[in-house]
Amino acid sequence: MSELNELYQQLILEHNKSPRNFRVLDRCTHDADGYNPLCGDHYHVWVNVENGVIMDIGFQGNGCAISKSSASMMTAAVKGKSVAEVKALFDTFHAVIMTKIGDEVPDATIEALGSLGALAGVREFPARIKCASLAWHTLVAALNGAGSSISTENNG
Amino acid sequence: MTSTSTAPSFDVGSLRSQFPILGTTVHGRPLVYLDNAATTQKPVAVLESLDDYYRTQNANIHRGVHHLSEVATFEYEKARGKVKNFIGAADVREVVFTRGTTDGINLAAHSYGRKFLTEGDEVIISAMEHHSNIVPWQLVCDERGARLRVIPMNDGGELLMDEFAAMLSARTKLISVVHVSNSLGTVNPVNEIVALAHRNGTPVLLDGAQAVAHMPVNVQELDCDLYAFSGHKMFGPTGIGILYGKKELLERMQPYQGGGDMIRSVTFEKTTFNDLPYRFEAGTPPIAAAIGLGAAVDFIGRIGMSAVRRHEEDLLRYATERLSAVPGLRIIGTAREKAAVVSFVLDHAHPHDIGTILDREGIAVRTGHHCTQPVMQRFDIPATARASFSLYNTREDVDALVKGLAKVREIFA
Repeated sequence: MSELNELYQQLILEHNKSPRNFRVLDRCTHDADGYNPLCGDHYHVWVNVENGVIMDIGFQGNGCAISKSSASMMTAAVKGKSVAEVKALFDTFHAVIMTKIGDEVPDATIEALGSLGALAGVREFPARIKCASLAWHTLVAALNGAGSSISTENNG
Repeated sequence: MTSTSTAPSFDVGSLRSQFPILGTTVHGRPLVYLDNAATTQKPVAVLESLDDYYRTQNANIHRGVHHLSEVATFEYEKARGKVKNFIGAADVREVVFTRGTTDGINLAAHSYGRKFLTEGDEVIISAMEHHSNIVPWQLVCDERGARLRVIPMNDGGELLMDEFAAMLSARTKLISVVHVSNSLGTVNPVNEIVALAHRNGTPVLLDGAQAVAHMPVNVQELDCDLYAFSGHKMFGPTGIGILYGKKELLERMQPYQGGGDMIRSVTFEKTTFNDLPYRFEAGTPPIAAAIGLGAAVDFIGRIGMSAVRRHEEDLLRYATERLSAVPGLRIIGTAREKAAVVSFVLDHAHPHDIGTILDREGIAVRTGHHCTQPVMQRFDIPATARASFSLYNTREDVDALVKGLAKVREIFA
């Protein structure tokens, strides 16, 4: 049960139950749709960027506890950060959850993630990594203006 | 309440011992395999037939004059004969080897659909089809300017037969429906569907992927015109399947893929095609897999499909009763006629989370949309968790599942 407890930490369960910023933005500069066709998880992310800073962010959609809590924690983490900072944060987050089972993740790296570090346990569950990264890929697609829709099967 | 056998002749313990994988552990727990609608496990008899073929019989078929080629051809055709008897076909030429159910339906869509569908024609499918019985028809209907119509279902997952009857007309060129639903477990009234269709002069394809390993299937009694199924869902290898077709219909259909073995003579000006069933079997087929499927048919034959059906009916009753008592659990698919497939949702946990937690208990279930997104839309749910049973499952497996779901509740409630 220890790996399961690591995955389903209280913080994650709490974000799943009461997701933050779970709303449509009335006014936004960027938005995108994120979809995992293999499991049906589906989110929409809206962001309002002013002078290169994320002033507001919201998301809506449906999916498992991992994808929903990850989306919720992401929105809380990126608000007020610059687009460049957000992309760097995503790179760190992505590197952590993609770390091979058995390989060490430096404590400093986990610390740099703040509360997002709670999702590090997902790396023990390879089938669930895409759940944790779906909202992030959606946010990055929105910021890049890469189009209105992304799929986990295009970008891993 | 924990009897493991339903008939004196049906010894589930001895059956289980023939499946090596059922003796393995997952995450340190004994494997409880409840994903049989996705694929079944393989008995020793099938594994040995594959091994034996590659060790002692391997050659290409229908080609060489050498000894091994003759042996391989003989074994490949013997497997076809076994399948013919298994499904009660009238003639061995009506049994076409394919790559699986999906391939069989695509064959039908290509060879029947592209030849016979014209603008304004209609193909009828049902609301509970697997994507493999939706998309091939969409493709061919788009190409031919034909229309795809869908038989609706009620909240229990039963087809509305009055609506089906009302859809039939001179425009209806083919009915393609699933025999047993992979996501709901519904056993459709296929005899009635075939009778209504034939009164309208319309041929019927049945998707039998979830039927053949779970109940007696006789294509002549069903009187269906085409019947598609997969080897790997009936204890055989992957990569092999069957499309049964009535001879008169197969003869009117155009070839599927072109290549070796499907021709009689080829010049650059004109090709004449081989006889049935070879006309639909271009290229070197999965010979070992076909022979392995033959071994699977032998295996099932020794047990008897009626005994399998009785055993699985007991499992379905028991699983339905025990799962219904789990707090917050709702079963999706409550048709009166069901196979041993139980799809469900929990009000406090998403199916993927259920799947991950059960996996750590050694329990394999499928979670997701089961390649039936329209079914999920019909029931307004994103996904389900699905336990699907086979002849080697026991009431203890159901007990393990219920215990696993208590763990889910512990974490999520």
